[in-house]
Amino acid sequence: MSIRVYMDHGAGRPVDPRVLEAMKPYFTEHVGNPASFHSEGFKALEALKEARSSVAELINADPSEIVFTSGATESNNLALLGGALRNRKKGSKVVRSAVEHISVINICKELSRMGFEVAECPVDEAGVLDLKELEKHVDDDTVLVTVMAANGEIGTLQPIREAAELAHSRGTLFHTDATAAAGQVPLDVKELGVDLMTLSSNDVYGPKGVGALYVKKGVRVKPHMIGGGQENGIRSGTENVPGIVGMGEAARLAKAEMEAESTRLAALRDRLIEGVLAANPESYLNGHPTERLPNNANIRFSYIEGEALILSLDDLGIQLSTGSACAAKTLEPSHTLLACGLKHEEAHGSLVFTLGKNNNRNQVEYVIQELPGVVERLRAMSPLTPEELR
Amino acid sequence: MEPDKVLDCTGLYCPEPIFRTRMALDEMEKGQVLEVSADDPVAEADLRRLAERMGYEVLGVTRDGDEVTLHIKK
Repeated sequence: MSIRVYMDHGAGRPVDPRVLEAMKPYFTEHVGNPASFHSEGFKALEALKEARSSVAELINADPSEIVFTSGATESNNLALLGGALRNRKKGSKVVRSAVEHISVINICKELSRMGFEVAECPVDEAGVLDLKELEKHVDDDTVLVTVMAANGEIGTLQPIREAAELAHSRGTLFHTDATAAAGQVPLDVKELGVDLMTLSSNDVYGPKGVGALYVKKGVRVKPHMIGGGQENGIRSGTENVPGIVGMGEAARLAKAEMEAESTRLAALRDRLIEGVLAANPESYLNGHPTERLPNNANIRFSYIEGEALILSLDDLGIQLSTGSACAAKTLEPSHTLLACGLKHEEAHGSLVFTLGKNNNRNQVEYVIQELPGVVERLRAMSPLTPEELR
Repeated sequence: MEPDKVLDCTGLYCPEPIFRTRMALDEMEKGQVLEVSADDPVAEADLRRLAERMGYEVLGVTRDGDEVTLHIKK
C-alpha cells in the first residue's frame, strides 16, 4: 500500500465518521423544512435547535446568538459588511490586522470602496498583533475592529481579549475570525469579550459548506441574504439541515475531545519542529515559538521555493501547503510572512504543516526522515545555494 | 497599441487578477502584448511584480478612476 501522509488540515479536513453518521438520516429520512408546521418540520427544527446548542457550547455562547451560514467566508462577510454597514452612524473606519485571511482582506477592500477608511494594524516578527499600534489606529470614528483568533498559516495566537477590550474602550465592535482556532484552543466569547466570531464547520471535522457567526445579543448586523427571515432574519434561506446537524455534532465532539487531542497534537508538532530543524541546516520556524496552534508548524528553508518542495514531497506521499490558498494559486509570497518582516525570497521557501486527527508519530518520523533528501536535492539545483551547503 | 489579447479582471479581488494574468501570459507567444484591466486597489503593484518576476516588460499603465490598465509584453 502506498504511503499517504496528509498534513494539510488547515486547507481541508476529513469529516469525522461519527459526524457523517449523524448527518445521514437528514438527507433521506428526515427531510422536512424547519419552517413547516407538521411532524417532519418539527423534527428538522429540533435538529437545528440541538446543533445550535452544541455550537454555542463550544464557545460559551447562548444558542440564540448563533447564526448558521455557508462557511467562514460568508460569516466574515456578514460580520464585516453587515457589522460596518448596520452601525455606520457610529463612524466610517474599520481596523484589521495585517495577517488576516484573504476573505477578511478582500471584504475590507470592498468596505473601502463603499467609503470606509480601512487601517491595517501591523504584527511583530512572530506574527503577534501590536497592541500599541492598535491603540493608535482605533479612534472614536472606528466602527469595527477585526483580528483573527489564530493565524492558520503560521499558527500564531492573538491577544484577542486585550484587543477586544481596547476596541470597546472606544465603543467599537470587535470581530474575531476563529476559523483556525476553534476546536484547537478553548474559546469563550464571554471571557474574550468579542461581539462577533466566525466559525467554520470543516475546521472542526464537520462538512464543508457550513459555518456559523456568533452575534452577541444586542449587536446589530445588516442582513446580506434577504428572504424568508431564517436565522433571526440575519441570514435568510431554508437551512442546510444535514450540514448544520454535521456542524453541531462536530462542535460537540470538538468540545469533548479538544483537550486530549490538542495535547496529543502539540506533542507531535513539537517533535516535528525539533526533528525538521535538527535535520536540515538553515531551516527556521516561522511564527511564535510557543504561542501557536497545537497543530501548526511553519518552517522556512533557505535557498529553495516552497512549491518545489511541495511537489517533491507529494511524490513521497506527503501533502503540505506553502501558505495561504492565495499564495498557492499565484505563486506569490504569503502576505502573512511578509507582514512578519520576511523578505520575498525568504517567504517563498516556507512549508506549512497542519496536523490532524489521522496523523501519528510514525508519520511525523517519516516526514523528518524524508525531508532532508528533498531539501538537499533542491538546494543542489538552486543558484542561490552557497558552496558549503552543496 | 493593439494588444494581442485583452483580459478584463475588473470586479475581481486578489488573487484572481494575478492568477488570470499569469494563465493568459502562459498561453501567449514571446513578444506578444497582453492588455489587462483590474480595479483591486493592489492590482497594479501585484501585476507589476508578477511581470518583473517572470521577466516580462510593462509597456505602459493607464488609469481611469479605480480601474487600471496595464500592457505587458511577454
